[in-house]
Amino acid sequence: MSHRELEDMLGKGWRKPPFVSNPKLRWSLILGFVAYLVAAFMTIEVDWGRVYVGLDRGWAFILAFTSPDFTSRASDIWDGLLESIVMTVAASVVGILISIPIGLGAARNIAPLPIYLVCRGIVAVSRALQEIIVAILLVAIFGFGPLAGFLTLSFATIGFLSKLLAEDIEAMDKVQAEAIKASGARWLQWINYGVQPQVMPRLVGLSMYRIDINFRESAILGLVGAGGIGATLNTAFDRYEYDTAAAILILIIGIVMSLEYLSGIIRAKVQ
Amino acid sequence: MPVLEKENAQTWRRRTTGENLFRWFGWLIGVAIFVVCWQRISEATTWFFVWDAPRIAGDIWTRATPPRWEYITQLGRPIWDTLNIATLGTLIAICLAVPVAFMAARNTTPSVLFIRPVALLVIVSSRSINSLIWALLLIAIIGPGVFAGVIAIAIRSIGFCAKLLYEAIEEIDHTQVEAISATGASRWQVMAYGIVPQILPAFAGIAVFRWDINIRESTVLGLVGAGGIGLQLSASLNVLAWPQVSLILLVILAAVMISEWVSAKVRGAII
Repeated sequence: MSHRELEDMLGKGWRKPPFVSNPKLRWSLILGFVAYLVAAFMTIEVDWGRVYVGLDRGWAFILAFTSPDFTSRASDIWDGLLESIVMTVAASVVGILISIPIGLGAARNIAPLPIYLVCRGIVAVSRALQEIIVAILLVAIFGFGPLAGFLTLSFATIGFLSKLLAEDIEAMDKVQAEAIKASGARWLQWINYGVQPQVMPRLVGLSMYRIDINFRESAILGLVGAGGIGATLNTAFDRYEYDTAAAILILIIGIVMSLEYLSGIIRAKVQ
Repeated sequence: MPVLEKENAQTWRRRTTGENLFRWFGWLIGVAIFVVCWQRISEATTWFFVWDAPRIAGDIWTRATPPRWEYITQLGRPIWDTLNIATLGTLIAICLAVPVAFMAARNTTPSVLFIRPVALLVIVSSRSINSLIWALLLIAIIGPGVFAGVIAIAIRSIGFCAKLLYEAIEEIDHTQVEAISATGASRWQVMAYGIVPQILPAFAGIAVFRWDINIRESTVLGLVGAGGIGLQLSASLNVLAWPQVSLILLVILAAVMISEWVSAKVRGAII
């Protein structure tokens, strides 16, 4: 900085540099955004009268959380919850088992190109389709019941876990894998002793996280008839039984919280 | 090092006998749990439908192809609604997530004992309940429509954004904060000049990432009546108009891919 520039800057207050340095780009971004917001607000129709009427019901629902009703629909809640848990466990096990070979195949440093492309394709399809849409299709094909939900969750688990596992394998330390290979290991031994120990902590952590997600997702699959607590919850909302709905929501939150706590402990132990 | 004595020669082993036994037992219990879960699913399944599934799938496929392309003229408004639900929902969520995150971060919270647990509870409950369930609830309260979708997405996103944001806040470099407070800055000035610039890139990344997820979620919110393209999907499903369903699924797939591409580009530009 020359002496002159420094002189110019003296006496002026410091100003925060803007987030986007190019002023033209900055202003066009801001203007475009404001224009979008105006357009969006113009097109959303809000029936404020209806909202105002509904506020009482909203308040009733919030109050229901202080007195949740676990007892009057206890058997329905219990059945739904058990079905959700069963679906979660079975789908997580199957999903994890299938996603390991696909994850290996989707890692470029392990798999040859044709296998890599096929596995990446499977991952892309599984990630692009949403659970609930897959569930609708599977319910249409396999009929109502937890089997459709189980297949949906397994399918979603494959996409999630394979992708992250493949990324972890691609980022692994080559030296260890080479050392195992140099000792004359077969392919399976190479995977078992050279690759697996490096990615195991992350695989366990991701699996725990996925179990958590699967449980949360299993709570909505019932909306489209794929089994689980969602059907019970939907019925409770439809009948305006807010105290039962609150009880179900509290149970879901509690289970998710304890799963998160458990996965924290397991991850700390593995790493 | 565990070794195996065989014919007076020592061979390396990975684990001791006790460890092996323990692991074997763990696997046994795991497999038993899985078998029980599978039995419950199997009991609730009509296997006749499952054996019939390939035929049904083929039937649906022939009905759904080719997609009814001219139907796309009716999809413009629903797509615009979907975009609005995702964008406005994300905006509202961000505005609400920032204070929650500052209250939840250990180094900025006003009170570790009282306010932090409340903020964490807000985060957990918002995260553990799916946006479809929030939408169901809000439809019962404020009536069906785009507005319910916006609020559902907003509530669901608060927890996600706040969680990632408070983790970013807890990881900031403390020396910068100290430097700002050494100049005699007030509490708010320390926040604005010491903490905010450090978390701004993370913040922008989180916002765009969540917007991407919200586009995915808002495409299906219509299934329960909360506006967007999902309304068209459920209407088409209800009248078994499979060519329309396949077109809508293609549009959703395209929207998801575009939003993922945009979010990847923007995040790449920020970081």
